Amino acid sequence: MRFYDLIFLALSTLIRYPLRTIMLLVATSIGVMAVILLTAVGEGARDYITGEFRDMGTNLIIVIPGKNETSGGGSPVDLAGVTPRDLTIEDAISLRKIDGVKNIAPIVIGETSAQFNGLERNVPIIGSTQSFLSVRKWEMETGMFLPGSTLERSPPVCVIGKEVEKELFGGSNAIGQWLRLGDRRCRVTGIIGTEGRAVGIDVQKLVVVPVSLATALFNRPSLFRIAVEAENRLVGDQIIKDMKKILKKRHRGKEDFTVIRQDAVMASFDNIFNVLTMALGSIASISLFVAGILIMNVMLVAVSQRQSEIGLLKAIGAKNKQINQLFITEAILLSGSGAILGLILGHSITQVLKISFPTFNFLPPLWASYVSLIVALMSGVIFGLLPARRASKLDPVIALSGNK
Amino acid sequence: MIRIENLSRKFEVGNQIVRALDHIDLEITKGEYISIMGVSGSGKSTLLNILGLLDTPTKGDYILSGINTSEMNDDEMAHIRSTKIGFVFQSFHLIPRLTAAENIEMPMVLAGIKPKDRQEKVEIALSHVSLNDRSDHKPEQLSGGQRQRVAIARSIVMEPDVLLADEPTGNLDSTSGIEIVRLIEDLNKAGLTLIVVTHDRKLGNRSDRLIRLLDGKIINDNVK
Ligand SMILES: Nc1ncnc2c1ncn2[C@@H]1O[C@H](COP(=O)(O)OP(=O)(O)OP(=O)(O)O)[C@@H](O)[C@H]1O
Ligand SMILES: [Mg+2]
Repeated sequence: MRFYDLIFLALSTLIRYPLRTIMLLVATSIGVMAVILLTAVGEGARDYITGEFRDMGTNLIIVIPGKNETSGGGSPVDLAGVTPRDLTIEDAISLRKIDGVKNIAPIVIGETSAQFNGLERNVPIIGSTQSFLSVRKWEMETGMFLPGSTLERSPPVCVIGKEVEKELFGGSNAIGQWLRLGDRRCRVTGIIGTEGRAVGIDVQKLVVVPVSLATALFNRPSLFRIAVEAENRLVGDQIIKDMKKILKKRHRGKEDFTVIRQDAVMASFDNIFNVLTMALGSIASISLFVAGILIMNVMLVAVSQRQSEIGLLKAIGAKNKQINQLFITEAILLSGSGAILGLILGHSITQVLKISFPTFNFLPPLWASYVSLIVALMSGVIFGLLPARRASKLDPVIALSGNK
Repeated sequence: MIRIENLSRKFEVGNQIVRALDHIDLEITKGEYISIMGVSGSGKSTLLNILGLLDTPTKGDYILSGINTSEMNDDEMAHIRSTKIGFVFQSFHLIPRLTAAENIEMPMVLAGIKPKDRQEKVEIALSHVSLNDRSDHKPEQLSGGQRQRVAIARSIVMEPDVLLADEPTGNLDSTSGIEIVRLIEDLNKAGLTLIVVTHDRKLGNRSDRLIRLLDGKIINDNVK
């Protein structure tokens, strides 16, 4: 029997029983869709957590207030909540004398109202220094970022995201204008060109001010974290040692802060989320096997319903192998087209989710599509084997007298 | 061409043994036209199924074209069914989702013949049974007589040596029954060996040779 004849015959049966075919297609496609969606969530979560780190320079060391008891491998997100003793601008200044440090960017975050010309918006604020630009690898759309040496001083300047510019300044040029932030004023010196997020905030909605302006604005001296850029990777460990020594001395001998290397965090996050995504994918794959079992059951029924046809095929010269092939092909066609339908559905729904929840990035990994397709096809073959065997082993005389 | 020696076919139903065929000897030469008659349960279909290699004897030999069929495996028997034997059944056995032409094409599809060659042979077979204008019809759109003609076209499309027909007119009214009988008799005149199982005395009397079965035994074998 030729390949296209096999496909034609298998297709003709699938078309002949549309309800059954659609049911099995739906079952398989739900399984594949589940794999795509769950892995998209897993990958999205990974992207959400690590994305912020990823954009930053590679030679980055971060100091976070608070100490992880078990030391090492902890999440900085958790740690940000507990603050036994705050990190201050003075702490950041004290790190400047360490050899091999290229840039220091203390970071304060908060939120306040921004006003221009009667228009008012609540905006997220980041307080930092000029170094922040190079640490985050940001680019300016127009104008300048914060001026240098703003660690001690707080010149009344600010940089805004494009969305802030649009909402508060409309079409007019924002650069050089005075923006009111809370009870302070600042002159807009530049517009940020970079898109994406920083510490979980949409960059385009941000206002960035000198760090001391921010501490004054929020009336709170504590830093969210200190980012330190090393001259190169190799000096990183030495810098960490020096940083710990200096900060410990400043904090009355207590190590109530955590120092982490950005690349190490990235690596461990990557691992955790890889495992998570794969676990989600495997759980979803189970539904593919459920679909496979469903296909097997329906095919077993089909074999007994089509006994007389099987008998006839044998009478006109079909070999057992050919009957076998015919049923396996049906199972593969069912699971294969169900899988393709599931891929289309899964990816479309991912797109819809992306639009509905723009803050979370749904990223179905490529391997999930391949793996779910292969698993679906395999379950088609495996669960098609039994019915196909049963069909091919039918006694032709009994089959011929069987039901039509 | 066909020789059957001391052939028996038993069925075990529970602890009872049914002798569907009981020590049968039979010889059939090429081109013969044979009717098999007998009361219900006398073993006619069983004999036909064994002749068509759909069933195997429990004892005895069936020698087809000089080859003892008991030495054949499933695939070899399938090959013989494909190339040397044509079947016609009482209930037509057409595949309902395929058109008349596709049903006729089926034996060639299974034999792996190229579509181009198939097309031509389907046309010839259709014209043999005068159904060229119905080639695209599904079985449900055809009358009983037309369905049986499609089945006959299917049975001869591989140009077999033997045509085995198990009550081919059993489901037909007398007019279309006669049509079918004439059709297969014409095929016999063209050289095809024809073996017909029938209940119809008139039909049985048309053949050159009449075999009567009773309780699995040949009680009468008349050559006219
Ligand atoms: N698969 C089977 N299992 C058990 N017994 C069977 C089987 N097939 C046939 N028989 C028995 O063998 C005997 C012969 O059956 P067969 O079908 O050959 O009769 P038949 O002459 O064709 O009858 P009919 O005219 O009713 O078609 C019957 O007694 C039948 O019950
Ligand atoms: Mg019978």
